[in-house]
Amino acid sequence: MLTPIALSIKVALIAVGIDAMLGTLLARVLARRDFPGKDLIESCIMLPMVLPPTVLGYGLLMLLGKRGPLGRLLQETLDLQIVFTWWAAIVAAAVVSFPLMYQSAKAAFCSVDTSLEQAARTLGSGEGRVFMRVTLPLAYPGLLAGVVLAFARALGEFGATLMIAGNIPGKTQTIPLAIFFAVETGDNQLARNLVLVITLLAFAAMFWLNNWSKKKLQTMQKGGDGYA
Amino acid sequence: MLKASIVKRLPNFAIQAEFKVAQGILVLFGPSGSGKTTLLNCLAGLQKPTSGQIWLGDKLFYSSAKNINIPARCRRIGYVFQDYALFPHMTVKDNALYGMPSRTGRCRKKLGCRMSVKEVLDMLRITHLQDRYPAQLSGGEKQRVALARALMTEPDLLLLDEPLSAVDSGTRQALQQELIRIQHTWSIPFVLVTHSHKEMDALADEVAFIKNGKVAASSPWMLSAEHTTRQRA
Repeated sequence: MLTPIALSIKVALIAVGIDAMLGTLLARVLARRDFPGKDLIESCIMLPMVLPPTVLGYGLLMLLGKRGPLGRLLQETLDLQIVFTWWAAIVAAAVVSFPLMYQSAKAAFCSVDTSLEQAARTLGSGEGRVFMRVTLPLAYPGLLAGVVLAFARALGEFGATLMIAGNIPGKTQTIPLAIFFAVETGDNQLARNLVLVITLLAFAAMFWLNNWSKKKLQTMQKGGDGYA
Repeated sequence: MLKASIVKRLPNFAIQAEFKVAQGILVLFGPSGSGKTTLLNCLAGLQKPTSGQIWLGDKLFYSSAKNINIPARCRRIGYVFQDYALFPHMTVKDNALYGMPSRTGRCRKKLGCRMSVKEVLDMLRITHLQDRYPAQLSGGEKQRVALARALMTEPDLLLLDEPLSAVDSGTRQALQQELIRIQHTWSIPFVLVTHSHKEMDALADEVAFIKNGKVAASSPWMLSAEHTTRQRA
């Protein structure tokens, strides 16, 4: 029972790490810029949230499979196979949870008053320092919310993972897959325990996030003690 | 000496302005929506004019002909924003220290700076507030912190966008006197935007009237009785 739990947490953590970096970067670039085709890009970014996971799994398989363009490239240049390894589980988890991270990060960056960034520029700061000292500290509650949501979503990923990572116990069998196959084989005891574990994990994440954002909101309304 | 001659086209109208100020306070006076803030933003380097040029002393900040546009961070222009734009996640002291030329913080005077952090905070009477956050300050206090933050960068020019619009009338009068005093101490030109006649009377050494995007007149301000009294004093 421990192997799927440890694997799930490891996969979700790495996937969220990738999402956090890419999502923050992309959201920062897109939040403050308008250009032709922006709507197109944003729609593509949000697509994994509304498509059935099996469709994503199929798409990833076509892309990363042995005959897929990216899969073949990785195989030939780095001798690296992605499908049916735990890297595939990470890719699937990262792709399905990416829209949640991106959406939260974009809202967070949009909420930062641009005049504060302008003020920092007049005070002699280059763009890097403006981002690190002003934008990021002010946007971090939204970024953190995105990380928690994406983590919860990555933890629960099933369909796409099954399609590109398969169900290999100890290698790619995460909690949702283990539950499905435990029920299939009639091991209700294992299924129940795993259901309990994943429900508790997801609940803890959501409970903490709700509580924390409520406190953050209250302190900000009280007048800046949130920063004190 | 600030010399600016710029055109800035906006979606609805165009701003045309030509003015210069060597010392003292130049007041840009005009109704809301006449493009005063846009002018300040062009001077500060936060917005790019459509054409023209901006000189401060012998430094050329913007020239459409020579294709020069020095970024805001390199202009050494202090800017007090209308809503002060204080960093809400930093204390008063950290706000004031944000734009300091040297990061060490202690030997400002050795670096040829006019005043230490403590002296600037003392001058503006906000030393007792140094550990507070902006949300815990009144309008007048915020204004002083914004002023301290801008002065700490050792600017060659100070821009003030309706700096007294968010404070009550008692505080406003005190702050007006303080601004005049600081301008004398610091002896750099100030460009101040306002739509209030009273404020113009109290503060202006020179006035540029802006109407429908055009600077209608720019002249030494002699008409106000209050101003002449100030000159004599």
